[in-house]
Amino acid sequence: MSGADNVVWLGTPAFPEAARDALADTRLRANLRRATGTIRDKRLAVAAELEDWEELRETAAAIKRHALRHLDHHLLRLEKAVTAAGGTVHWAADAAEANRIVTGLVEATGEREVVKVKSMATQEIGLNEALADAGIRAYETDLAELIVQLGGDRPSHILVPAIHRGRSEIREIFRREMGEWGRPAPDALTDDPRDLAEAARLHLREKFLRAKVAVSGANFAAADTGTVVVVESEGNGRMCLTLPETLITVMGIEKVLPSFADLDVFLQLLPRSSTGERMNPYTSLWTGVTEGDGPQDFHLVLLDNGRTATLADEVGRQALNCIRCSACLNVCPVYERTGGHAYGSVYPGPIGAVLTPQLVGVENAASLPFASTLCGACYDACPVKINIPEVLVHLRAEAVEAKRAARLLPTSEALAMKAAGAVLSSPGRLAAVQKVAAFGARLVGREGRIGFLPGPLARWSATRDAPAPARESMRAWWRRTRTTGRDESPTTAEGKEAR
Amino acid sequence: MSGRETVLSAVRTALVDVPGSESPDNAPVTHGRRADHAGPDIVGLFTERAAEYRATVVRVPMAGAAAAVGRALARTGARSVVLPPGLPEDLVSEGPWSRLKDVPPLTVNQLDAADAVITTVATAIAVTGTVTLDHGPGQGRRALTLLPDQHICVVRASQIAPDVPEALKRLDPYRPLTLVSGPSATSDIELDRVEGVHGPRVLDIVVVEDA
Repeated sequence: MSGADNVVWLGTPAFPEAARDALADTRLRANLRRATGTIRDKRLAVAAELEDWEELRETAAAIKRHALRHLDHHLLRLEKAVTAAGGTVHWAADAAEANRIVTGLVEATGEREVVKVKSMATQEIGLNEALADAGIRAYETDLAELIVQLGGDRPSHILVPAIHRGRSEIREIFRREMGEWGRPAPDALTDDPRDLAEAARLHLREKFLRAKVAVSGANFAAADTGTVVVVESEGNGRMCLTLPETLITVMGIEKVLPSFADLDVFLQLLPRSSTGERMNPYTSLWTGVTEGDGPQDFHLVLLDNGRTATLADEVGRQALNCIRCSACLNVCPVYERTGGHAYGSVYPGPIGAVLTPQLVGVENAASLPFASTLCGACYDACPVKINIPEVLVHLRAEAVEAKRAARLLPTSEALAMKAAGAVLSSPGRLAAVQKVAAFGARLVGREGRIGFLPGPLARWSATRDAPAPARESMRAWWRRTRTTGRDESPTTAEGKEAR
Repeated sequence: MSGRETVLSAVRTALVDVPGSESPDNAPVTHGRRADHAGPDIVGLFTERAAEYRATVVRVPMAGAAAAVGRALARTGARSVVLPPGLPEDLVSEGPWSRLKDVPPLTVNQLDAADAVITTVATAIAVTGTVTLDHGPGQGRRALTLLPDQHICVVRASQIAPDVPEALKRLDPYRPLTLVSGPSATSDIELDRVEGVHGPRVLDIVVVEDA
């Protein structure tokens, strides 16, 4: 499947290796802790303002569940409504097909550049690269995406993609790169966010004013009316959605809602969960084309790219409820320490750990279902109640099965488990092993902790510190101090066997 | 097979577990009893919440609307102001500003050069401090409220809906709709909020008591 190529970044290390490097970056960890902490507190405060927050979450989950269980029906209604309102609907089974459709539409206009609204779906299919191959330049217009694009970088957070960059780094990127792409940064550019935002405004304004074609994603689409929705803060979305002559929107098929009226639930949940605001500054809704206002040529590309495979999994399909708010990232103890790049995927954090392996096949992202402590904070935070821990456990089982099926010989982990089974099933063997372990712990332990084990155990010990076994086990202590002169309990019998 | 048939048949195959007796038209109830998030003073809540978004909000009687608009223009030193078709002309008093009309349509460069725009609204939302445009008479096409740096919005108190669900019910989904909550903003650089990246940097809301 060609779509897999971009959902996971080829050549990036598996999560455990990438995470080790990220953990060593103390500045990154400090940035992340401050960012996630800030958004987390804001989100809790505004969610608490709505006393029916839990009811809203239940309703949202129910609407999404219903929409997904009858997805074909709702997609056909959406197609009909958009077409009736003057738009054109395209269907793309995978990334290659979506890229072909969009490239063809841009080429038909004769234009060689497009402006883009931040979009997870177009990142997922690698649209910018596909357009570049056809000689078309795509300009990202969201400030964070601009920083990522100019820096030749990858996004690290769903909502604030450049969260891993500090202000002085951003200043350097602007000074170095803006001139290559258009209007250069002013000479006296400081690292004040106000100054940096102004530079981005001037740099992008000329592009907005001359752009003839725009590409966007979609947050929602209502099947009954054909209305498409984009929520944003900066106004770059409105620029792209209204100034050009042609608008091409790429939307995952799971974004469809049964009705326009359903939007009220999601417009209450999304901004509060995402940025911790009661409402985001700008929300644009449009239905087909409007004469004399905005693009006169509107194309909606409905994208599958692994979504139907996800839909087929009765446990995993709930991941398609996701409205990309990023609340799960901001509460995740693992994300907070590793950042988004470690996941090696367009979709980082807890939702990435369940969505990515499903979109690309578990065998292509086998480490991601394990990139979690299963603490459940993500499930608590999710406005559409995706039970992320449940899906993670489900996918772990699949990953293990896939690995087992692919191997001729059992893994060292499987052998270790088998040996552990044998030891734990016999009290005598356990006592013997405990004695050896207590002795061994004195060799490798430091201040009561084991940080490193030799040989085949090194892989296990490299990712965790374990307490060193006690010098004497509880059972041995009991035998030594309490059993003398008492009745012949099984414990003593075992003791003999062990000796 | 076309992309359309491929996707649709994949969707249907994926959903074999869904019993045929389950109707796709029986959407879950989403508009039952709802908690009231607005309280009794809807107008007061709207002005408070819109101001929290760093919009400049004033409440005036009907007769004071034009003066309030004039003060907002004077505050930023606007030299030119766009008047959408259908806007009551007496809302904009005489002053050191030129009036631009969108008939015939202004070019994007003319709009970019304009300092301010004045519009009415379709509805507003108290709980979120949002104004909602459906780009009908008095509001103009979408570009008008996007390119000039100051947007002055005249809201009649009776237009304010308590919350999002009620506001959406008042809107026509077949019109282009823009929900505006405060001026353009970004928090992309170290989460420091900065107003005015691409849209208007200044949002003035004049609430007119019409009851």
